[in-house]
Amino acid sequence: MTFQEYTSSVHNFEECMKCTICTAYCPVVPVNPDYPGPKQAGPDGERLRLSDPLFFNRALKYCLNCKRCEVVCPSGVKVGDLIQEARLRFDNSKPKLRDRILASTDFMGSMARPFAPIVNAVTGMGIAKAVMDGVLAVDKHRTFPKYSSSSFEKWLRKQESKQGSYPRQVAYFHGCYVEYNNPQQGKDLVKVLNALGVGVQLLEGEKCCGVAAISNRLEKQACKNAQANLEAIGKAVAQGLTVVNLSSSCTFAIRDEYPSILKLDNSAVKDSVVLATRYIWQLLESGTVELRFKKDLKPLRVVYHTPCHLQKLGWSMFSKELLKLIPNIELIPLEQNCCGIAGTYGFKKENYETSMAIGEKLFEQIRKANPDIVATDCETCRWQIEMGTGYPVRHPVSLFADALEDPLA
Amino acid sequence: MRFDTIIIGGGLAGLTAGIRLQEEGRRTAIVSSGQSALHFFSGSFESLKDCPEAEELFDRAGVRLHNLPGSRRLLPGGAFREAVLSLGDVSLLPGEGPIGKKALIVSFNGYHDFFPELLAGALEKDGTPSIQGIVEMEELAALRKSPTEMRSVNIARVLDKCPDKFVQKVKELLADGVDTVILPQVFGLDGDEVPRAISEGLAPLKVIFVGTLPPSVPGIRTQNMLRRRYERLGGTFIIGDSVVSGAVHEGIVSSVASHNLDTYRLFADNFILCSGSFFSKGLHSSPTAIEEPVFGLDVEFPEDRSLWYEADFFEPQPYMGIGVKADKDLHPSIGGEKVTNLYVAGAILGASKDGKYGTGAGKAIKSALAAANKILSL
Repeated sequence: MTFQEYTSSVHNFEECMKCTICTAYCPVVPVNPDYPGPKQAGPDGERLRLSDPLFFNRALKYCLNCKRCEVVCPSGVKVGDLIQEARLRFDNSKPKLRDRILASTDFMGSMARPFAPIVNAVTGMGIAKAVMDGVLAVDKHRTFPKYSSSSFEKWLRKQESKQGSYPRQVAYFHGCYVEYNNPQQGKDLVKVLNALGVGVQLLEGEKCCGVAAISNRLEKQACKNAQANLEAIGKAVAQGLTVVNLSSSCTFAIRDEYPSILKLDNSAVKDSVVLATRYIWQLLESGTVELRFKKDLKPLRVVYHTPCHLQKLGWSMFSKELLKLIPNIELIPLEQNCCGIAGTYGFKKENYETSMAIGEKLFEQIRKANPDIVATDCETCRWQIEMGTGYPVRHPVSLFADALEDPLA
Repeated sequence: MRFDTIIIGGGLAGLTAGIRLQEEGRRTAIVSSGQSALHFFSGSFESLKDCPEAEELFDRAGVRLHNLPGSRRLLPGGAFREAVLSLGDVSLLPGEGPIGKKALIVSFNGYHDFFPELLAGALEKDGTPSIQGIVEMEELAALRKSPTEMRSVNIARVLDKCPDKFVQKVKELLADGVDTVILPQVFGLDGDEVPRAISEGLAPLKVIFVGTLPPSVPGIRTQNMLRRRYERLGGTFIIGDSVVSGAVHEGIVSSVASHNLDTYRLFADNFILCSGSFFSKGLHSSPTAIEEPVFGLDVEFPEDRSLWYEADFFEPQPYMGIGVKADKDLHPSIGGEKVTNLYVAGAILGASKDGKYGTGAGKAIKSALAAANKILSL
């Protein structure tokens, strides 16, 4: 071991030389003066917290965990991880009931599904919104994502033998959003993969990735889910399967936040967990498969928004390159700006205004481009953009699926 | 994924080369780890007096440059230096004589990155008496909730929204005989319209903008405008990722691997390495050697470590002159063997001693254009 290795610090915070570049790119700082900014909340605060935990500042809850600070840091300091970990370690207040509800995507989804039409109608009603706003501090301007009465998992299980008949196989971490809210998005992925000769398998015992539990300081719950997922993913990887996922935040959590924040070792499986867009692109690039697009596709003007966690993963080029393959598409990549929702953050009453103010830069770009549709890889960005602009939003893989020829029945 | 050229490093050199190549229709990617030295930019391209090619390229990106032979500029510590090619909001002053009859130096409560006293002392010596004034606005008071964040960028965000109000506040500070106003460069994060509006709003008074401690508002603006131009030309800008290794065989680089892309590789016909100097991790120094970490390129440095630095901290430091060895076409070598489709540009080449090692921005532009033009001529 060299001397330099002994000097490395947690999340590299000693490398911070206080240039303030992170604060210059933080989306919260310009709109919320109560947030001290990533430099102060991260490396500066860490020095104080290590000397006395009393220095912990509750205003760290205003951090979106968007990781833009890490992306811009010239010194490789894990500013966002420092802040999230400090919230887990030093904030000894109890997470609110509201936060537990928002973070329990699995539980809420499985409770709501049998009564989906009723739940959707009730959560959309003014009176219910007023109650949630008043009692739970879930902002009344928000509409809860609609629950689906059908289960993606059940749908895929029914065609186990059909999926097994394809020459190649992948495992699919489909996540809560596809399971409870939007099974169609999962079906779109299956259509694309099948067209490429790839059969899709479910993971055994998949749980919510835990990203919402981490940001709501429910560490135990996050760890429990993460351990179950690592086990499920491990079984698939042991069979030689790649594990694909459509959501950039789920993928980011499994690959990066499990080890950095939850301190769980994922090294055996990390490289096998990839975004579906990357997997599809690599398959196409290998030249072994061929795609047939529908004839007479109408011109489609699409703007593409890179979610913050996808920027952090560094893989947005795969989504963009895939979209460019669709005939008759006009693809306009947007400048990367945070949409402001950051998962459950934007649902909280105290964050609503900040959340919408952050998104305004992005909304403005979209309105100016006046597209037919917005494409993005993150479901919560999707809710925010739909609410902020009124434009329809879809996942790049869904647009891709629409453009592909339908398989013969 | 395959590109015509992959550029490693997204600072001034990388963006200049990238824009040049994209303008000629080449398919390029820039891999950038974190933000660049432009965030510490003085606004002046040291060692570069004029360069029509760069001026036109920057102009197309919306970045105005200017220089006036024989003029001076005022540095944040109060020194005057001969002007070089600079951003439009770096004020160019006559070569000699006092800069005005009487100056008003403006700053803000709680702002510690700008030094009116130092400037006042220097101006006094130069023949210009001055007074100092503080602009106070409620919008700025809100910033001071976090005293450590009373910094240039945050101030610029506030003032960019209300330049007229700021001009009015400055006018209230004027005293008899003041014909010159000195302002910190905290205007125009998204474009130079705001500093121009302020100069016009205060006319006929002469407005001089002086640099602040980092982060540099004109520098961040320049970075973002160049990046925007590059992406609008169709370039792929990959931010927050670092190239960790390259596959080199018989003097040819075929592909590079990055941290975020793990097993997936990026291929290109040509590569430009402009990953910066020590701070940007383009060069790495250990107790016994100085290395280039991506390709292991040959670096020239004295064996005797005591020759790497001057014991007096304030003297020009020789390590700033240490860089990757390159031939006249900017090709580096590995173990003495030339790498024929790789070019090096920017601070990784080491600064020139005759410029007391302060040649960064000018050298970045010159070498980046030379590398890009060489690739275009092939």
